[in-house]
Amino acid sequence: MEIISEKINKIEFKILGPKMIEKMSIVKITNPELYDADGFPIDNGLMDLRMGVIDPGMRCRTCGERVKECPGHFGYIKLARSVIHIKYVPWIYKMLRSTCNQCSRILTDPNKLMVYEEKLKIVKKEKGELEAWKVAAEIEKHIKNTKKCPYCGAKQEKITLNKPYFFYQEKTKLTPVDVRERLERVSDDDLKLLGFDPLAGRPEWMILTLMPVPPVTVRPSITLESGARSEDDLTHKLGDIIRANQRLFENLNAGAPEIIIEDLWDLLQYHVTTLFANNISQLPPARHRSGRPLKTLSERIKGKEGRFRKHLAGKRVDFSARTVISPDPYIAVDEVGVPKKMAMNLTVPERVTERNFKWLKKLIKNGSSKYPGANYVITIEGKRKRITDETKPVILEELRFGYVVERHLLDGDVTLFNRQPSLHRMSMMVHKVKILPGKTFRLNLCVCPPYNADFDGDEMNLHVPQTEEARAEAKMLVSVGNHLITPRYGLPIIGCISDHIAGAYMLTQKSNKLTRNEAMDLLAKSNITTSLSNKKEFTGKELFSSLLPKDFNFECRSGSCRKCNACKTINCEYDAYVNVKNGELKTGIIDKNSVGSGIGLMLHKLLNKYGSQKAVEFLNKATLLFINYLQANGITVMSSDSDLPEEAVKKIKKITSKAEKRIGELTIDYLNNKIEAYPGKTLRDTLEFKISATLNKARNKCSHIVEEMSKPSGTTMMAESGARGKLLNLSMISALVGQVSLRGSRIIKGYNRRTLPHFNKDDLGAGPHGFIRHGYKDGLTPHEFFFHAIAGRNSLMDTSMRTPKSGYLQRRLINALQDIKVCYDGTVRDSNNMIIQFKYGEDGVDVSKTRGGVVM
Amino acid sequence: MKLPKKLQDKYESLNEKDRKKLLRNYEESLVAPGEAVGVVAGQSIGEPGTQMILRTHKFAGVTEIIISKGLPRLIEIFDARKTPSTPSMTIYLKKDVSSDEKKVRETATKILELKVKDVLEKLIVDLLNKTVKIYLDKTSLKKFMINTKKVSEMLKKSMKKEEITYEGNVINIKSKDANIKNLYKLRVKVKDVYTQGIPKIEQILPVKKGNEWIIKTFGSNLKEILKIPEVDTTRTFTNDLFEILNILGVEAARNAVINESLMTLKEQGLSVDVRHLMLVADIMTADGTLRGVNRYGVTKGKKSVLARASFEVALKHLFNAAVHREIDELKSIVENVMINQPAPVGTGMLKLVVKHDKK
Repeated sequence: MEIISEKINKIEFKILGPKMIEKMSIVKITNPELYDADGFPIDNGLMDLRMGVIDPGMRCRTCGERVKECPGHFGYIKLARSVIHIKYVPWIYKMLRSTCNQCSRILTDPNKLMVYEEKLKIVKKEKGELEAWKVAAEIEKHIKNTKKCPYCGAKQEKITLNKPYFFYQEKTKLTPVDVRERLERVSDDDLKLLGFDPLAGRPEWMILTLMPVPPVTVRPSITLESGARSEDDLTHKLGDIIRANQRLFENLNAGAPEIIIEDLWDLLQYHVTTLFANNISQLPPARHRSGRPLKTLSERIKGKEGRFRKHLAGKRVDFSARTVISPDPYIAVDEVGVPKKMAMNLTVPERVTERNFKWLKKLIKNGSSKYPGANYVITIEGKRKRITDETKPVILEELRFGYVVERHLLDGDVTLFNRQPSLHRMSMMVHKVKILPGKTFRLNLCVCPPYNADFDGDEMNLHVPQTEEARAEAKMLVSVGNHLITPRYGLPIIGCISDHIAGAYMLTQKSNKLTRNEAMDLLAKSNITTSLSNKKEFTGKELFSSLLPKDFNFECRSGSCRKCNACKTINCEYDAYVNVKNGELKTGIIDKNSVGSGIGLMLHKLLNKYGSQKAVEFLNKATLLFINYLQANGITVMSSDSDLPEEAVKKIKKITSKAEKRIGELTIDYLNNKIEAYPGKTLRDTLEFKISATLNKARNKCSHIVEEMSKPSGTTMMAESGARGKLLNLSMISALVGQVSLRGSRIIKGYNRRTLPHFNKDDLGAGPHGFIRHGYKDGLTPHEFFFHAIAGRNSLMDTSMRTPKSGYLQRRLINALQDIKVCYDGTVRDSNNMIIQFKYGEDGVDVSKTRGGVVM
Repeated sequence: MKLPKKLQDKYESLNEKDRKKLLRNYEESLVAPGEAVGVVAGQSIGEPGTQMILRTHKFAGVTEIIISKGLPRLIEIFDARKTPSTPSMTIYLKKDVSSDEKKVRETATKILELKVKDVLEKLIVDLLNKTVKIYLDKTSLKKFMINTKKVSEMLKKSMKKEEITYEGNVINIKSKDANIKNLYKLRVKVKDVYTQGIPKIEQILPVKKGNEWIIKTFGSNLKEILKIPEVDTTRTFTNDLFEILNILGVEAARNAVINESLMTLKEQGLSVDVRHLMLVADIMTADGTLRGVNRYGVTKGKKSVLARASFEVALKHLFNAAVHREIDELKSIVENVMINQPAPVGTGMLKLVVKHDKK
């Protein structure tokens, strides 16, 4: 284990001054040329070898290190005339306006200044530095209207900023040299009051006299296939600066006329400015020869693709893999199937000890191309050796305790498995490796909900922790068993889905009986070991009970509960009362409510009573049992499932035509001013509400009819058990689709005074405003189809508009809340140790340790 | 060990054996020190945000005031916008009023902001007499419990220059500098003159909820509503967070954030534990004001330069930091991620010093 003995304690931000630039530089850059005729970097040029190495095999002339070790070294350019640093312009402007034109003292009378000084001190003490700068801003406001310097009596002329960087005093232009001179005169005491920390440096440093030249490692050149070198944008820009600087120098020395000097100075200013930022709105962006705008320093830092978010807050890692996922019900919930090919590339470092010496030797013998093998060996000195057929004998010979062998991934290794978008902590969990043939990751279906994964081409990532600590933490904190319950609402998110539930529902039906043979078969297939009694027939409930611990007691209502006023419990005619006594399922159908993902009350109780290991075990076996049963029996979903009996069709027709008739009456009432408006609503709105209500009621009535009258089938079974689909979906197919709504109301827009040319003008009826009388199976009429398309398109648009919005909301939430944690005294604090809550959630309870937020 | 109030009540009602069990259960369900509850809260609220998307297929309730819902509303709450896009109030009434439908409707009419245009039959510009004639609608006058006299008084209040007389249900407004242009201007102006009720309350809707009637409104004016004697001031609320902050204080604002966000999520059929919303509300109100979860609010208040820079507008923060000589003490998460050091949460929170000899 590596012991960390040095630690970065704090980072201080200051202004980079000319002395510091000179001090940290290794070389003065004077030559705009990069390479000589032989293609060798020129001394004092931008690619000077003293500034670091970028070619492999070369050594840095300053520190003597190789490519990856040498961090690079700065150089500097001496500017012929000083130029303004574009990013400090607001500060320079502020400082010029707040100080005297003549003596550069702060433009407030001394008495008031004293008051502010006191205030500043107090605020700094009480609220910290951040707040103090706000007080400084107050002083500035006060200064704005001072006409005469209270110190030297000089009349003050107005300073204006002509964007981006030209300063004027009334009408005379202030050159950067003038500005610098003024800033030099401002005393340290005054700086504090202007919101400028004198310890951060001097304000005149905001005007550059020296330009730091970043090391070549920051702006590496690329050698193209043709052998030609292509330089980084920064190098181009720095070259421009040197050339402009040189010309200015020469002209100054030659005593050129003022106008020429000024032009050249402006050019230098432009180049320096665009080095820092190339998106200043008043300036044309500096362009590459091809016309592409150059990517300069500020663009390197900001935004999603900038240094902060791309390289500092997020990092790329080794020992990771990515491929398509596919389902495998035969592996455990906390396992992941990894392709053999991948396992031979992903490695785990294993230190050689007495106990594993023989085993590791065997792995090395196998080498990198035979499966349980090893790829590298790291000697005690830290030398890395690849295991090949040539090196194998030598390595085997020299292998000693303390060596590290990077062996292939093996069954049972700890890995982190992840699917983006990683919206919650269950998006990254630890799975144990299971090496399988094929080329995809395999995962148990129960972990689809936490990852939000399906198999229509989804890809997932796998990470292999490399240290013992990482593995220990991963196993203890991130394992699948620890995340069965979502901290969002405190119920299992990992549980049975789709087929599992359908299988469970069918298996635990009251009437379901299996012969001894069938039962034995089923249990054996599902890896369940239990002792069966001598009976010839077994109920599904009995078989399910064999999964439960013998001292388990549990009760809940299943999804088919009709919510009667007085629950009949065990005598429920729908068998909706789930009752487990001493590990035996007495009554009730097992469905979504007891084992399903998202609710899973039985799972929750099991987890709570017997721990995560037992719960995962139960889940493994139960899903197998359910699936195997479903496989043996099967369900059929067919077109005729959505056929309704004649009687029902008639009823539905009656209901819809009745509703339409009612709407007709309402409309007539409305036209005759006979309906009473709801308070605060216009008559028209009231009518609209009434119509919507009528149609909605009719639609619900039809749904009930479908529920009552459609004959039991695979489709209804799925809806009832909660496996897939709702009854609403079925009624939309068989009965009617119902009202199409657009932005909360019926469809109103369209042609002049009507929605479609199929209808009469000003018809307020159901059909002309998007009520669909037919089911999907009957087929929609052309205008109904059109209305349906409107709604479909609208929801499609909605989705695409809101996805980035919710993503941004989450980013903001996480950013605001990331450093909030529970401390050892039970308080919730942020990183400044400010108390946010005295007790987390007012009771100090972790949601993921509760049942639906309630302590059990 | 002290139990939270809810559990204490349960504790009292249990027998000895169950009491012990409850105590153990409570102890076991406490948060572990070092738990990054902030991140968990952020995830728990952000994750269902992606699911809100799919739930557009919902019919507008029949007797509902249209208020913004779903994701836009959630964003609005956490942004701490100065005014909600659809201000709305839920007014509870005192017990003696709330059960009587008639009285409730009366109160509701009293609350509704009434303008001249709401009781207007017709408006005529009389060029001959250089007057604007307002014909008031008798039925709506009766409905809103107002008379011509009151309307003309209100007109007088808002128009000092003009001469106002009334007769029957007709009000004459005589303008002093009456040219055609002015008269027509006056005509427009008259329509929007406030007559009675509470300003900003644009719509009212009495709704029966359980055994009592409540009034839902479009438009919000908490200060004035609370002055009305029939209103139950303990339960009445608005969805305008800043109004609550200014009138009832931060604690009330905190509760408003919790309730509003919880309601928005529940409406979409998404369950999120209150504890997460509490934490966000507490962060938003931690400094005594209501700060939004964005770069102008909570993130701006962060001490760490790097944490602010890694969120939005990186450059601004860096240059300001340089001028102010800010010191980043690297105490929170991102900074430590940046410099590859263990972050002080969870298992990284422990500070174990190992003495070892330097070579």
